[in-house]
Amino acid sequence: MTTNPPANSKRRKLLAAAAASTTAAAVAPGLRLIEWATAAASNATDAQPVTDETRWGLLIDTDKCAVDCDACVRACNAEHGLAVTARPETDPQWIRKVTLTGDGDGDNSGDNSDDDGDNENAGRITSLPLLCQHCEHPPCVDVCPTGASFRRADGIVLVDKHTCIGCRYCVIACPYQARAFVHENLFAQKPWSPRGKGTVEGCTLCVHRIDQARTPACVEACNRGDGDGNNAGDGDDNNGDGNNTVAEGNTRIDGDSDHTGRNPDNCGAGALLFGDMNDPQSAIAGRLRAAPARQLRADLNLNTGVRYQNL
Amino acid sequence: MRRAVLISRATVAAILSIAVPAGADGMPQLPRGKGATCVEPLEVMRRNHMDFLNHERDLTVRGGIRGRKHSLTGCIACHAQRAGGRDGDPGAFIRIDAPGQFCHACHEFTGVKMDCFECHAAVPAGDLPETHAP
Ligand code: HEC
Ligand code: HEC
Ligand code: HEC
Repeated sequence: MTTNPPANSKRRKLLAAAAASTTAAAVAPGLRLIEWATAAASNATDAQPVTDETRWGLLIDTDKCAVDCDACVRACNAEHGLAVTARPETDPQWIRKVTLTGDGDGDNSGDNSDDDGDNENAGRITSLPLLCQHCEHPPCVDVCPTGASFRRADGIVLVDKHTCIGCRYCVIACPYQARAFVHENLFAQKPWSPRGKGTVEGCTLCVHRIDQARTPACVEACNRGDGDGNNAGDGDDNNGDGNNTVAEGNTRIDGDSDHTGRNPDNCGAGALLFGDMNDPQSAIAGRLRAAPARQLRADLNLNTGVRYQNL
Repeated sequence: MRRAVLISRATVAAILSIAVPAGADGMPQLPRGKGATCVEPLEVMRRNHMDFLNHERDLTVRGGIRGRKHSLTGCIACHAQRAGGRDGDPGAFIRIDAPGQFCHACHEFTGVKMDCFECHAAVPAGDLPETHAP
């Protein structure tokens, strides 16, 4: 399985130390482990806020992103308790799949002029997930009247819902339409993802996971699949090269509990790579060095944290 | 000793038949949290928990510092009650802001209204329904 562990070793050491001190504490009778962990958590003075030493990034290889696979979208919805009202028109979307068809002019300008005459991308279908691009210079933060929209030191663009007044300036300002508004009262939210009516929200890069040295839910789901971009659980990437992207021709994780031969959870082909772009040793920095990657609307100079390869 | 106190409190509440169950000292009766003590001395907790929560909120949201003793998720993990009795089936967790439950009972008594649980889960993790009510 391809995993992309966050490469912030300093933070991980800190977490390891916290775990060690917890083990040493005595367990009070009748306490279950999860509650005990909470009880044993201390206001350790060595807990430091995140810094700009790290710049979290997401690299998306569109060659590996299949048109009919939405494992990342479903993982996001499940992790954050989105898409629960059964009214998709108004349910917030933090990540969505977009399909592009090349217009033949060899660039992505949308002007339909054949710049170089070679028609190289005419009719080429590209599928990609679109989400908050975690800009270094986020327009949503510029326009926010209360300071609720902010960029965390390590590059994650967030809404502090405690100060959000629901004005939706940021929704308008975002060039990627990556922010959504909660229109309805919600119930039974996930403890790690508080959400409520009247506030704006968007992809948090699963900040609650990152702070525990875990990978965002979409990335985990995309790398959990058999790599063939379909749902058949056969591990065949169907491109005839006999070389399957993630798991070589096996049904390593087919999760096919209903024995229909299909598993909607394993279509992911490892298109998403998460990591610290500031760390030269990280996989994401390596891949960014090795091949060119694009920023969406690079003309806006927002220096996005989400990059696309083979677009 | 402790048992005797509890019984007399219940009796007093029954005699006075007031809406919020109250003890002999006039305080609302709160379900007891898990473990021996709270995260701070009792008097400090009663007086200052809102300040702790506000401070913790900013540290977590802005600084990514999590899971410390003043976290709101932590309060719920220790103070939420299950519907069932002590023995047998423990039952599902009850929302901590439901009438008579820990945060509600005292806030009802003291006239505090807060919106935290419009967003924050009011039950601990691990006991959550998959979909929401209408
Ligand atoms: C509009 C939604 C919303 C409301 C209302 C809200 N919060 Fe939050 N709260 C959040 C979000 C979102 C987070 C960030 C969670 C994360 O990053 O893991 C958060 C995080 C926190 C945290 C840090 C995480 C934790 O569990 O300790 C604290 C403390 C907190 N809020 C306290 C409060 C208090 C106290 C209130 C009521 C006065 C409140 N919040 C009301 C959305 C809300
Ligand atoms: C480790 C479990 C634990 C955690 C975490 C915890 N509590 Fe407590 N809390 C208790 C216990 C046990 C008591 C009763 C202590 C006693 O009687 O001495 C208590 C008592 C209290 C009281 C006083 C109740 C009374 O009888 O007047 C308040 C208020 C309180 N807690 C609020 C909170 C808040 C707010 C949080 C989250 C910031 C929190 N607690 C977190 C276990 C916990
Ligand atoms: C022992 C009684 C008591 C208990 C139990 C209690 N509170 Fe409070 N709480 C108060 C009082 C009194 C105030 C108002 C203080 C003030 O107005 O200065 C208050 C205020 C608050 C506020 C600030 C509200 C605002 O409008 O700013 C928050 C947030 C809060 N409590 C959270 C909690 C949570 C969460 C719990 C349950 C884990 C809880 N409290 C349990 C007595 C209690």
